[in-house]
Formats: sequence, C-alpha cells, structure tokens
Amino acid sequence: MYEIVRKEQLAANIFLMDVKAPRVTHSCLPGQFIIAIAEEDGERIPLTICDYDREKETVTIVFQPIGASTLRMTELNEGDCFHDFVGPLGQPSELCLEENLEETKKKNIVFVAGGVGTAPVYPQVKWLKEHGVDTTVIMGSRTKDLLFFVDEMEKVAGQLCVTTDDGSYGFHGMGTDQLQALVDAGQKFDHCVAIGPMIMMKFVSLLTKKLEIPTIVSMNPIMVDGTGMCGACRLVVGDEIKFACVDGPEFDGHLVDFDQAMARMQQYKTEEGRKKLAYEEGDTHHGGCGNCGGDK
Amino acid sequence: MDGFVRVPISEQEPKVRATNFEEVCLGYTEEEAVKEAGRCLNCKNPKCVGGCPVSINIPAFIHEVSERNFEKAYQIISESSALPAVCGRVCPQETQCEGQCIRGIKGEAVAIGKLERFVADWARENGVKPTPAEKKNGHKVAVIGSGPSGLTCAGDLAKLGYDVTIFEALQKAGGVLVYGIPEFRLPKDKVVAAEVENVKSLGVTFETNVIVGKSITIDELMEEEGFEAVFIGSGAGLPRFMGIPGEQANGVFSANEFLTRSNLMKAYEDSDTPISRGKKVVVVGGGNVAMDAARTALRLGAEVHVVYRRSEAELPARAEEVHHAKEEGIQFDLLQNPVEILTDDNGWVTGVRVIKMELGEPDESGRRRPVEVEGSEYNIDCDTVIMSLGTSPNPLISATTKGLEVNRRGCIVAEETDGKTSKASVYAGGDAVTGAATVILAMGAGKAAAKGIDAYFQNNK
Ligand SMILES: Cc1cc2nc3c(=O)[nH]c(=O)nc-3n(C[C@H](O)[C@H](O)[C@H](O)COP(=O)(O)OP(=O)(O)OC[C@H]3O[C@@H](n4cnc5c(N)ncnc54)[C@H](O)[C@@H]3O)c2cc1C
Ligand SMILES: Cc1cc2nc3c(=O)[nH]c(=O)nc-3n(C[C@H](O)[C@H](O)[C@H](O)COP(=O)(O)OP(=O)(O)OC[C@H]3O[C@@H](n4cnc5c(N)ncnc54)[C@H](O)[C@@H]3O)c2cc1C
Ligand code: SF4
Ligand code: SF4
Ligand code: FES
Repeated sequence: MYEIVRKEQLAANIFLMDVKAPRVTHSCLPGQFIIAIAEEDGERIPLTICDYDREKETVTIVFQPIGASTLRMTELNEGDCFHDFVGPLGQPSELCLEENLEETKKKNIVFVAGGVGTAPVYPQVKWLKEHGVDTTVIMGSRTKDLLFFVDEMEKVAGQLCVTTDDGSYGFHGMGTDQLQALVDAGQKFDHCVAIGPMIMMKFVSLLTKKLEIPTIVSMNPIMVDGTGMCGACRLVVGDEIKFACVDGPEFDGHLVDFDQAMARMQQYKTEEGRKKLAYEEGDTHHGGCGNCGGDK
Repeated sequence: MDGFVRVPISEQEPKVRATNFEEVCLGYTEEEAVKEAGRCLNCKNPKCVGGCPVSINIPAFIHEVSERNFEKAYQIISESSALPAVCGRVCPQETQCEGQCIRGIKGEAVAIGKLERFVADWARENGVKPTPAEKKNGHKVAVIGSGPSGLTCAGDLAKLGYDVTIFEALQKAGGVLVYGIPEFRLPKDKVVAAEVENVKSLGVTFETNVIVGKSITIDELMEEEGFEAVFIGSGAGLPRFMGIPGEQANGVFSANEFLTRSNLMKAYEDSDTPISRGKKVVVVGGGNVAMDAARTALRLGAEVHVVYRRSEAELPARAEEVHHAKEEGIQFDLLQNPVEILTDDNGWVTGVRVIKMELGEPDESGRRRPVEVEGSEYNIDCDTVIMSLGTSPNPLISATTKGLEVNRRGCIVAEETDGKTSKASVYAGGDAVTGAATVILAMGAGKAAAKGIDAYFQNNK
C-alpha cells in the first residue's frame, strides 16, 4: 500500500498528491510516469511524475478527474493509500540526463505547457534550473481558474509567460500564439518541449515545424500494463509503430501522427461515459440501460 | 465400458457456458478418477513419462489413485511438478504425456492430465500443502517475474532453505496464469491464487509493482540489496502486429490487451476497466492465445470468427481448446490471411480484407508453408479485430543489465540444463529464454535453474 501524505486541490478540477513510494523515488527522473491503482481490481491509471523527493521518498502526481477511476481517486485523502503504485515507467526526458548536460547547456529551450501538462513540465524546468540551465516556459490554460503552479514555475523558469484562452489572466491567446509572439519579437529557440492535451501538442508541433524548432512531445495514449506487454499504447511515429510506455512517452513531435493518436483515444468513449455516469449518479442513476437493474 | 474408452468427463453444456465465465471442464469425481486410473496398464517401460517435459512418474501416481491413496499420489506428482492443478488443466497433453500412452494405440489414451488435475484439486480441497524447509541457509536469491517459471524456481529454492523474494511488475502474482489464460479454463481464485499461496507458505516473499530494469536494476539488486543470485523469468514480451494497412484503427487490439483487460482487471465482471464488447469479432491466429481471445469475446456476447492462414491440422492450439471453441459456436475461417483492415471515416473497424491461402512445401518449422491464392481476396464484415500473432522479447531487462547476452531474436541466452546466463550468478528460464512456449516448459526451466543456483552456492562455499 502506498500512502498519500499530502493532498491539495490546485484549481477547479486539478488535484495534487504526494505519495509514499520508496522504490519509485530512488530511480525516477523527469519525463517518466507511474501507474496508480486506487483500490483492488481498479483500473491502472498512468500519471506523469511531477516531482519527487528522494529523502522523504515521495512522488508528486497532479491529475484531472475525467473518468470513473480518476474521479474515485479524488475521494482519497491524506492518510489513505493507493492499492498499487508502480514505476518509474517510460524513458526519462533526454534534456534531463546528466550525460547530455553539455549539449543541453548550449540550447535555447522553450517549454509549452497546456492545462494539466504544466505539472509534467515543472520537474524538467526545475531539474534544468538546478543544473544551471535557464529556460523559457509558456504555460496556458483555458481560463484563470484552471491555472496552477504559477508561483512554483516562476521560481524555476528563466522566463515565464502565462496565457489564457479567454484573456482572464496574462497573455490573451493560446500557447501557440504566445510562442509566435516571442519569435516575432526576436527571441530565438532551438529546442521546444510541448506537453498538454494532444490537440495542443499537435498545433505546437505544426507551428514549430514551420519555425524549424526541433520539438519533443509527451504522448499520453490509453495504456493498460505500461510495461510493453499489451500494445494498447501504440503510436505511429515516422513510419514506425512505437509503444509509448517503453519507447516513450516523449517523441519527436514532427514525426508523431497526432490524428491517428487522437482517433485512438476515442476507443472507450461510450463504454467509459456509461461508467462515469453510473459512478456519479450512483443509486440514483436511472439511465434505463437495464444493466444495473436499478430500474426494477 | 471396455478399457478402450475413457471415463467421460463432465463439462458445462456448450450453450450454457458460452454465456458465462465459469470453468468449462468440471473435473472427475472420486469414483470417476479411480475408474479412469484403472485403465492404466502400469507399463514397465512407460512411454507416457518420456512425453512429459518434467518426467512425472505417471504410472506410480495413477496407481495410487486407483488405490484411493490420493495424498500419496499428490506427493509423487510434487516430486516433479510444482503446479499440478495448472498443468493438469492447460498442458497440451495430446502431444505430450497422453500422446505417448500405449493405450492410445488401439483406443483412447489414459486421461493423465485430468487425473493429475483431480489429484491436485483433491490435495487443495483437503489442505495438503508442500512442506517448508526446516532451516534457512541465509542466502538471498531474487526471482524476477511470478509466472510458472518464477513460481517454480522460487518454490524449489525456498524448499532448499534459500531466502527468496519474487519481484513482479504487475499488481498480482501469477504471470500469464492471471492475465492471459481466462477464468473459464483456469480459475484464478480457486486454482492460481492457491498455487501462489503454496509458494508463499514456503516462505517466499512477494513484492508486486516492481519493474526490474526500471524500479531497480539487476546490478542494484545484487550490489545494494544483497541478493547473491538472480533468476529471470520475465515471460514472452511485446505483442506482434502484422504491419498491414488499417492496423492502427479503433477496434484493433492485441490478444494480450484484450485478455489482460478481461482477466487481470476483471472487465468481464464489470469493473472500472472498460473492454470492447464487439458484435462481430475476427481473431487472427491459431494458437492457445487466439482460442482464449475468441472464447472470451464470445462470452462477452460477440459472433466470433478465427482467421488462420494454415489448415486445421496445423492449428497450434491444444486440441481440446479447438474442440471446445467449435462446440461453443466459434467459426473457423481456415487457410485465409488478412491483407488489410477496413475502416470507416472516423477510423473505426468495419471489416477485414482477407486472401485465401493454400499449403505449399514444408518450411523450416516442418509445417507446410501457406501461399497466397492470387485474386482470391474478399471482405469479412466485423467491428473488432484481435491480433494474436505471438510476441517478441521485451528489452527492458536486457537493455539495463550489463553483460547479459541475448540472441538474434532478443531472447535471453541461457543453458538448458541449469539456466546459467552469460552473466555471473544470473540465471534465466521460461518464455524469456525460449520465446512463447508452454506452462510446463517454463516450470521445467524454473526447476532446472533452481538446481543450477543451488549447485552454484554449493560450489562457492
Ligand atoms: C504516460 C501518461 C501520462 C499521463 N499523465 C497524466 C497526468 O500527469 N495528469 C493527468 O491528469 N492525466 C495524465 N494522463 C492521463 C490519465 O492517465 C487519464 O486521464 C486517465 O487514465 C483517465 O482515467 P479514467 O478512468 O478516469 O478515465 P477513463 O474513464 O479511462 O476515460 C475517460 C475519458 O478520457 C479518455 N481518456 C482515456 N485515457 C486517456 C488519457 N490517457 N488521456 C486523456 N484522455 C484519456 C477516454 O477516451 C474517455 O473518453 C497520462 C496518461 C499517460 C498515458
Ligand atoms: C492467452 C494465453 C494462453 C496460453 N495457454 C496455454 C496453455 O493452454 N497451455 C500451456 O502450456 N501454455 C499456454 N500458454 C503459454 C504459457 O502461459 C507460457 O508459456 C508461460 O506462462 C510462460 O511462463 P513464464 O514464467 O516464462 O512467463 P510468464 O507467465 O509470462 O510470467 C512472466 C512474469 O514476469 C513479469 N515481468 C516481466 N517483466 C518483468 C520485469 N522487468 N520486472 C518484474 N516482473 C516482470 C510479468 O509481469 C509476468 O508476471 C498461454 C499463454 C497465453 C498468453
Ligand atoms: S505435467 Fe503435463 S505433460 Fe506432464 S504428465 Fe502432467 S499433464 Fe502430462
Ligand atoms: S503409457 Fe499409458 S498405460 Fe502405460 S503407464 Fe503410461 S499412462 Fe499408463
Ligand atoms: S501500455 Fe501495454 S504495451 Fe504500452
């Protein structure tokens, strides 16, 4: 069992937890993820490692409840435990490897974070700061109420640009608009990392292709085992099929087939929608599907 | 009844079982088992034993069954096999022990597997357990993976007094026995969990949710956590796909994904993990895995077609599973091979385009090679395709372990006799070494490695 030692609600629909997981903290690096299971026979939920403390042996996760399993996770409180918590999974971010540090130091790096993607961007920016690399961070969300980690990011980013789609805070526009604006103002970038919803990573990649900035994206397809056993997480990158859980989750954004990846995300839509409804409405659920017997 | 015919075994009616996940085969009763045991000729030169990869003393245990000494029978089997309740259910008996039985020449072979299962079930129901070592010897051994090879290796070492820890990547122990082979063939709580408990009762520690190569490396296990030897039983690895157009479409799954969702996450019982309940499902492949996927899809309510590129005689699945699948109403579209997955505008599967095949000259596997019949393509409508084409090794462990040799195919290189790898004090066995094979072979490899590891400690004292 893996104890939750801290829980915070960061924004309207975003939660943070520090979870005690000694084995994960001793070997994890920015860019990797964990899989959490709230209760026995629960769903395996992949979540990016947002921070870690090797002394306290805790891993920080930040998540947005969207389906039955992530909703269930929001009900766990400090002192409660995850039934299972495994990791680190996937490859660490190449920017955050000691052996690449010399190369990394020469680069002008820009991060573009969208929505809950701010969370996985944070440990990378922090790691780079600790290793003497200043970066530009563009973090965007739909509206002011959904922003989080602004103060934390301020401390570790060389330059921070906050954007909201509706202009309720910071720059009025999307991350792509802000990036274009910076480039138009004469700033030079030779490496971009975009993390957020797939649709946002797609548009950042389209823009950076035009601007000729090599771009890394962190893909979050549907996963089952996360260890390379099931093939659910397969993506087309270039002409090859890659498994996001073992080969990724970070890939060259200019080679990823986003349209196909987004289509694949729809696989369990209807099935999941039913489960979410059943979960939210509980005994009061009168969907009339006949499955639950509640109509009788 | 004369001695040429087997005592029939009771099974759930095909129509009934096609809609539930209860075990298909109900097993022999005591009376039936004793009667079937009476058919064994107790041969002086028992051919059956030669057909069993772990050389169970078959005539001896069957003799004890015929005398109603079930506990004695269990002890005889236990000398050679750690997982009799599993092997009795899933071994391809018709090509192994039973395939060699003298009774099979003129009539039906003795039902060795069913008798083994009976004995193991009897032992479990009557609380017979393996005996733990009297004294620990203080040596620490790590076992990676809790499939048949890992469980067997760990169990044997614990009996010899070693301090064994199993590291398992998933949340439950059992390997393919829990996530691959379905409930209706191998009950999870009743049989698999009981076998795992047996291994625990020998003093083996289980640590789930540890991915060796990620959470910790083999070198760290040895240098930082004091393990003096390691056994790798990490299984067969990544699913293969065909590389045909449309394979990324929604509704195309690997059999591993489909079965894991159903078995490990219990999606069939309506857990939070979703599973696609297709209306018409095409399963591509002809092995045990394909049969399990097909029969699971059927039980989830679909019409199911198995598309296989050779003929019935070459189907690699156990004969019993093919027979059961047919009884349940699964259709076999043989000598056909998919060339394309057809999709609608939103990227969902609408069908499979297949080409007919004929059998040509035998290939290196000795089976006749299927060749395409030109111009014979046609479409099968369906909404789900399950690919069951085998696996290729997962590089997680080999990539993070210095000095561990793998072969051209990516399988770990290990000696057959004692599981020794190219790296000192590291042993390996099961599917990780052979590629996808069988439970009994994995178990045999775990046993051999336990002996090898013990010999290593004896010689290094
Ligand atoms: C490597 C990786 C890292 C991730 N990191 C984070 C993170 O740090 N924070 C976070 O909030 N989420 C993250 N996700 C997404 C998170 O895993 C999903 O939101 C979660 O699995 C949904 O589970 P659920 O049962 O609540 O929803 P489900 O009931 O499974 O799904 C509800 C709806 O969401 C869609 N969906 C399913 N899986 C995903 C997915 N992976 N991403 C987006 N939509 C999905 C489904 O199609 C469905 O429509 C990550 C995913 C991956 C693969
Ligand atoms: C659907 C299906 C049906 C089958 N039917 C039959 C049948 O009827 N008869 C038969 O004889 N055989 C059958 N087989 C084959 C048989 O199950 C396998 O040959 C056997 O299980 C192999 O055992 P193993 O111990 O080598 O590996 P596995 O059973 O695969 O176990 C390996 C374990 O190691 C774990 N692991 C992997 N990597 C790591 C890591 N890095 N760190 C920690 N743990 C790790 C895995 O999670 C897994 O639990 C079937 C296989 C499948 C998939
Ligand atoms: S272990 Fe398998 S092959 Fe050996 S006797 Fe039992 S069923 Fe036959
Ligand atoms: S070959 Fe058949 S009849 Fe002879 S000992 Fe073996 S099981 Fe009995
Ligand atoms: S999640 Fe199963 S292979 Fe990647």
